Amino acid sequence: MSEGETMDHGQTVPEERLRRGGSPPAGGNSQEPIDGNRRAALRIGATAAMAVGTVALGLGLRAPEGRAKKRNLPKLKDHRVAKIAGANEFVIVRGPDPASNVRRAVEAVGGMGAFVKPGERVVIKPNIGWNRLPEQAANTNPDVVAEVVRLVAAARAGKIWVADVSVNTAEQCFVRSGIEKAAQAAGATVVRPDATAFREVDVAGKLLKVGDVLFPFVDADRVINVPLVKQHGLSGATMAMKNWYGVLGGQRVKLHQDIHLSIVDLAAMVKPTLTVLDATRILLANGPTGGSLADVKRMDTVAVSTDEVALDAFGAALLGLRPSELGFIVEGMKAGLGTPKWQDLKTVELGA
Amino acid sequence: MFSWLRRAYQAVFLAFFLFLVFVSTSQYIRGYDVQWFLELDPLVALTTTLASHALHHTLLWALPLIVLTLVFGRFFCSWICPMGTLHHMLGFLGRKRKVLDRVKQNAPRPSHKIKYAILAVMLGLAAAGSTQIGLLDPIASTWRGLSVSLLPAASNTAYGLYQGERHFQWGTFVTIYFLAALALNFVYPRFYCRVLCPLGALLGLLSKFALFRIAKEPGKCNDCEVCGADCQGAADPQGKVRATECMVCLNCIQGCKRGGLAYRFLPELRLSKTTTDLSRRKWITAGVAGVVSVPLARASDGVDPRPNPARIRPPGALEESEFLAKCLKCGACMKVCPTGGLQPALHEAGIEGLWTPILVPRIGYCEHSCTLCGQVCPTGAIAQLKLADKVGNMPDKPPVRIGSAFFDKGRCLPWGYNIECIVCEEVCPTSPKAIYFKLETVTDRNGQEKTLKFPHVDLDHCTGCGICETRCPVVDRAGIRVSAANESRTSRSSISLSGGKI
Repeated sequence: MSEGETMDHGQTVPEERLRRGGSPPAGGNSQEPIDGNRRAALRIGATAAMAVGTVALGLGLRAPEGRAKKRNLPKLKDHRVAKIAGANEFVIVRGPDPASNVRRAVEAVGGMGAFVKPGERVVIKPNIGWNRLPEQAANTNPDVVAEVVRLVAAARAGKIWVADVSVNTAEQCFVRSGIEKAAQAAGATVVRPDATAFREVDVAGKLLKVGDVLFPFVDADRVINVPLVKQHGLSGATMAMKNWYGVLGGQRVKLHQDIHLSIVDLAAMVKPTLTVLDATRILLANGPTGGSLADVKRMDTVAVSTDEVALDAFGAALLGLRPSELGFIVEGMKAGLGTPKWQDLKTVELGA
Repeated sequence: MFSWLRRAYQAVFLAFFLFLVFVSTSQYIRGYDVQWFLELDPLVALTTTLASHALHHTLLWALPLIVLTLVFGRFFCSWICPMGTLHHMLGFLGRKRKVLDRVKQNAPRPSHKIKYAILAVMLGLAAAGSTQIGLLDPIASTWRGLSVSLLPAASNTAYGLYQGERHFQWGTFVTIYFLAALALNFVYPRFYCRVLCPLGALLGLLSKFALFRIAKEPGKCNDCEVCGADCQGAADPQGKVRATECMVCLNCIQGCKRGGLAYRFLPELRLSKTTTDLSRRKWITAGVAGVVSVPLARASDGVDPRPNPARIRPPGALEESEFLAKCLKCGACMKVCPTGGLQPALHEAGIEGLWTPILVPRIGYCEHSCTLCGQVCPTGAIAQLKLADKVGNMPDKPPVRIGSAFFDKGRCLPWGYNIECIVCEEVCPTSPKAIYFKLETVTDRNGQEKTLKFPHVDLDHCTGCGICETRCPVVDRAGIRVSAANESRTSRSSISLSGGKI
């Protein structure tokens, strides 16, 4: 009796310890095989799933030695429209009101309706490169931009963007140039560039292959260039074709190493629908930034054409330059982008 | 009821502070006085006045706060201070659960007198001409922590949603410093406010004889000590209420079930303790330590004799010793700078100039037509310039120069490699351009002649804005770089003799 008690005390696990998670009581021995098989199957299944998943993930992420994943970069659309029968090809309008000049000039090349069909998405590209006021003639005249927006809106475009990649801080350029306010009032969506606004595209140029382009220029159906006329230290002048620098992000300052070919490559990439050259005020010296009103000349002129080379040749003459002095005009002609002899086109000049 | 009123004030002032931080960008700032909280700060007024011997007009806002503190005590800490509110909210991190444990946790400790020693050191530094309170002042610290560290991190993560991509050199140190101050709540609630804050110390001194103060109601207290459970300032409401520590949070009054405490007009002085625990000997030692630190620091990093070329100050910055007497390192100018080029100095301006603003042109340039840094500077360390004065009108009136550009001819593409470039000339904003070019003909390695444009700098027109360095296509170290030489704030920096400065 007393021996049995001792045995009991020595072998029985106290009740409390059991409840706190010791091994289960030995009562359920008859069910152990079934329970064990099910559990074993589950464990094997889980391990197999993890193994398959890991292998699949690894194979899915595998990359061949030393080769980057191949990417198919998008190209910009051809934004041009077919030649309009009977319309003027090159129109020059002179008059004191920039908006009226734009209106009459666009009317004379066939009207905006000939270039923009209802529902099309249109991006308008002024020069908004610099933190300057309109009088300083470093950016496109805001009245000219606003009138282009109104004409595109009247042609019932589905979407109208006004966009540029500024050199100075974008916000200050867009505000102080007066363009943001004028364009918004006329009904455009103004796109200030930020880090998320660029798409990598295939430039497919002679010199330039890949570039980061502001998204509206990738998405739009029609592109309207609205540059102004300025002297430029390196390229001689900046007008229509040079304005395409402003669609690029990234290290575009590298392009200066061969500026003329770069300009032609960019113009060939964009293939704009129409160009409205703003010569309301032109900048004769210290370009393209300007600053001093002494370098600004009031011309009260707007010229419109689909031929950017012709417009650049016309603009060069306003700055007192011969087209043959400007490499990008010579190269642009060679590349088949247009003719510097604007007088040979079907030209009309309208006065006030 | 009292504590809800207080919380409402705290919420309103914190929201107002955050609003001012938010609008402090070139886009939203309009005419907001974004540094109003720092202008309200009596410690800013006191130290900059000691250091520069003048009270900048914007800092007159400190006077009403001083008067209110003399009347109502150190209420600023628990009603207005945005960093105080942050600490108040984060106090839960280290707060004990049980009431009696909290009573012990909120008891006065010897370490609480450290803030008075810090204040004495700061006043000593200021008396010797160096304003360093920005390192520990709660408002300057919060502004700096938000604008140099937390907001850029949040915005960059959200693809530059707010102010675009922003990077601040060695901002990591600001981050650690700011977050560590908040994390001290793990030790016990409001550790920073009780132990370190020099503004709290100054307001505490002003509260010594406040007309309104919290005091025990004789005969009603049964010594249960529960009033100390949520005391923000560790002011010992159980005993003689410490006038220098009490932040007038009113939690003790709210906590007492017997009405044993009241915030009253002119309670008897014997009911409160009006002295700090810091002995006179330590007050004097700390003050003297502050004073002698300045010549010691300047023996290491001189203010003027050997300026660092990277010490390019914002346009309108005062001459360096005056600048150091006024700059709070609050980061307001860095926050508002539209290009993000204004950066906190690490070593460039000596130990005294830690976190003061310098322009790092490789990151961002000084926008030609912008004077926002002077507009937001709360102390006038950066003068508020008129645009016409900044830009100047050569040759009659020179522009404000913050430095000048120098070519590194080994790295410049035309000079070093005979590759056409002159981006620097293109972007130069002055009229006439400070960077001009000459056509020169060179021969390449095969003897072929090549004519290209070589850029030069005209020292008289260069303002040191740095856009040439920002835009130079040579990555990392640019082919043209700006240094502080020829800055116009002191004649000692001038290089050329034109203008007659010797």
